[in-house]
Amino acid sequence: MATSLIGARVARKEDYRFLTGAGQYTDDVALPGQTYAVFVRSPHAHAKIKSIKKDKALAARGVLAVYTGDDLAAAKVGGLPCGWLITGTDGQPMKEPPHPPLAQGKVRYVGDHVAVVIAESQSAARDAAELVQVDYEALPAVVNASKATQKGAPALHDIAPDNKCYTWALGDKAAVDAAFAKAAHVTKLDFVNNRLIPNAIEPRAANATYSRAEDSYTLYVASQNPHVERLLMTAFVLGLPEHKVRVVAPDVGGGFGSKIYLYAEDVVVTWASRQLGRPVKWTAERSESFVSDAHGRDHHTVAEMAMDKDGKFLAMRVRTTANLGAYLSTFASCIPTILYATLLAGQYTTPVIYCEVTAVFTNTAPVDAYRGAGRPEATYVVERLVETAARDMKLDPAEIRRRNFIKTFPYQTPVALMYDTGNYDATLDAVMKMADVTGFARRKEEAAKRGKLRGLGYCCYIEACGIAPSNIAGALGARAGLFEAGEIRVHPTGSVTVFTGSHAHGQGHETTFAQVVADKLGLPIESVDVVHGDTSKILFGMGTYGSRSIAVGGTAIVKALDKIIAKGKKIAAHLMEAAETDIEYDKGVFKVAGTDKQKMFGEIAFAAYVPHNYPLDKLEPGLNENAFYDPTNFTFPAGSYVCEVEIDRDTGVTKVVNFSAVDDFGKIINPMIVEGQVHGGLTQGIGQALTENCRYDPESGQLLTGSFTDYCVPRADDVPSYRLDTRETPCTHNPLGVKGCGEAGAIGAPAAVMNAITDALGIRDLPMPATAETVWKAIQANKKAA
Amino acid sequence: MAVKISMKVNGKPVSAEVEARTLLVTFIREHLRLTGTHVGCDTAQCGACTVHMNGKAVKSCSMLAMQAEGADILTIEGVAKADGALHPMQAAFKEHHGLQCGFCTPGMVMNAIDFAAKHPGASEQEVRESLEGNLCRCTGYHNIVKAIMAGSKAMAAAK
Repeated sequence: MATSLIGARVARKEDYRFLTGAGQYTDDVALPGQTYAVFVRSPHAHAKIKSIKKDKALAARGVLAVYTGDDLAAAKVGGLPCGWLITGTDGQPMKEPPHPPLAQGKVRYVGDHVAVVIAESQSAARDAAELVQVDYEALPAVVNASKATQKGAPALHDIAPDNKCYTWALGDKAAVDAAFAKAAHVTKLDFVNNRLIPNAIEPRAANATYSRAEDSYTLYVASQNPHVERLLMTAFVLGLPEHKVRVVAPDVGGGFGSKIYLYAEDVVVTWASRQLGRPVKWTAERSESFVSDAHGRDHHTVAEMAMDKDGKFLAMRVRTTANLGAYLSTFASCIPTILYATLLAGQYTTPVIYCEVTAVFTNTAPVDAYRGAGRPEATYVVERLVETAARDMKLDPAEIRRRNFIKTFPYQTPVALMYDTGNYDATLDAVMKMADVTGFARRKEEAAKRGKLRGLGYCCYIEACGIAPSNIAGALGARAGLFEAGEIRVHPTGSVTVFTGSHAHGQGHETTFAQVVADKLGLPIESVDVVHGDTSKILFGMGTYGSRSIAVGGTAIVKALDKIIAKGKKIAAHLMEAAETDIEYDKGVFKVAGTDKQKMFGEIAFAAYVPHNYPLDKLEPGLNENAFYDPTNFTFPAGSYVCEVEIDRDTGVTKVVNFSAVDDFGKIINPMIVEGQVHGGLTQGIGQALTENCRYDPESGQLLTGSFTDYCVPRADDVPSYRLDTRETPCTHNPLGVKGCGEAGAIGAPAAVMNAITDALGIRDLPMPATAETVWKAIQANKKAA
Repeated sequence: MAVKISMKVNGKPVSAEVEARTLLVTFIREHLRLTGTHVGCDTAQCGACTVHMNGKAVKSCSMLAMQAEGADILTIEGVAKADGALHPMQAAFKEHHGLQCGFCTPGMVMNAIDFAAKHPGASEQEVRESLEGNLCRCTGYHNIVKAIMAGSKAMAAAK
């Protein structure tokens, strides 16, 4: 009997190719007759395009074509669609302004696409892009969402003169107001969730080719969800039959949300590949990534918690203004609503919650999902508020949490979600022990002797992964299904290829999914390979985002495996001349119950493909099954984090000295991979809290943080080594009991860090990121106040 | 203006005529089709383009190909043994899960090999500081640091 591969720290199958330079990323793909595209981008945040002169660029050496918005309009290329319809409190659908792949008449943010130059070489295209003459009439710009809704603010789109996309609300406002009226204490905070730029280290890229012989297209693209990319592009933008477009997302160098969306560049190179009859490749320079990848976060929120005299939460009231940028990116509308307000119960029994969100257009890059997508923003609101409430009420921050924890499951929150399972005391107990909270006072004293201010902060987060089920998501405005597909192809000699609609861009699916399949079939992991990222190979897929891969994609694979085993039992029954109901199956062995008769999985596979002794009258030969799985509920990972910081009194430099995280991801397939996901998430969360901030000039709308020198992605010496552990309450509604782990760190870390910093400084609030300058100023203000 | 350049890449002599402004990384990726060396930022901050020039880690995105005239260049494709066996640093990255999406990995490994050779027995803090010019967005550096410390030990032991 094979030992279990579920829960084993299996080294990754994908590592060898990445370690030897054999990975194949989109920019590595070079096609015969390759041409290169460079985009002419708007230098203005807001301007009318008076004219575009192409002739000089067209005359330049090696240039094949220059296209503008007029060319795409003439070819009836549509605008980029938004995949989620939000209906406002006024009962009206959100405002959906046109989003042409190349600007028509107006540009609305620095980096907006104006024209594309295609040439024989990248350098020729780059040189010629400088020769495209665009005559702009600059317009006043607005980059701050709260300012964009004020009277007299410049309007971006004719259909939204007040720049509002929608105002949306969730919860019982009257009940919340009534609870506030009789509260013993109200804690209130007014804060900004800082805007972030995702910065996957592989820049976005797309390389499209058209075959006149087949009348078909192939697009290689750095995407997290190739089937969704194809569906949106064919059905909504190019009007092509889906079966004539193959989308391949080969090795993809990180996504973090930024590679979910259908981008203008993908559409333009695909369209242009047919115009030119040659492959067209575009690869972003990093400066283009900064201005044109969808950004994340950017909320301004006023949040209040009403409590009784014992610190029991009575009600929560939240008002958020969300910056959507200049256009609606693919899932922009659902992030500050469906994935935000629904998470505001956190781990607590707060009986009534009301959240109102105003989503606003501004002259900035589009904003969409970035690692966590709505859930980090919600967790920041809840956990900063809870920690501040504890200080207001003179309660220990762990104690106030315990008084309000949800302890019985399933639990229906007042904000639409039904938590299936959890044990919040268990993760909090574990993290407090791990972080040696009782020793903190001593460490603080010792730090003070060294001139350092030491602080400790908690965060107890909840996450919701794998948006589901599709019919409810549809009722809430989703314009797509949210299932996943998987296929198990057993080869005649018993090895297996697994096809998944999930996509890995660092998460290690080729290993994790292989572990699941090899474990169930009793095979060595070397006998199972996982294929993903190619619409011509995979039957369908919704892709990877929202930590959905194992819970939804993994389950689809398990469902397909169930069918393989069910068919295997029929074959085994025939071979062993037993009743099908008497066949027992365990890890690759089919047994006749109560006897010593058995057949191995490989024998069954062989019989299926060489059906000489086979029930051909009742059963098809072959052993290949697929499944589509639509979950019945979200999964709800949760955890408790403790962050300890030390702040230098003289410089304001803040160091995270300890970070302890105890997560409950349900069952874990590969702890090594899960830990890696947490490390990465925590670092992005610490980045948000300490170093990362996207800033636009408030007047000109120029991006001030457009390079790695101005936008500080954490370096290795900005973060500590982490202490991690897990507790396990298996998900109750999927067969693996899994919940997902990809975003947890980014969700929980910011509040833990900021709770620690405000604790160290003895202040109520501080804006993120807590750079040395921000912290130093707070220290000086403290001194003055004293 | 075209220039003729000659150098040794992964032990093999190569020569070509390229535009004078051709970057070393462009020469490696586009002309030699050695696509394991990556471009992540084109401003010398991310380190994905790191190769060895005459045994020293350099960022191939911020130098011209002709600056490598006559040099001995080692890219990630030339690090493992001819039989495919991984270099101790590569093996340590695998064992300690020091990579996720793999995009920064070649640069990380090239930098780490140079660093470990020059600083055997470096502390965790020193390893973290050695990564100042190599960005990773996936791993949070935790396992990269572990991998470099282990790889460094293995390299010293293999001497």
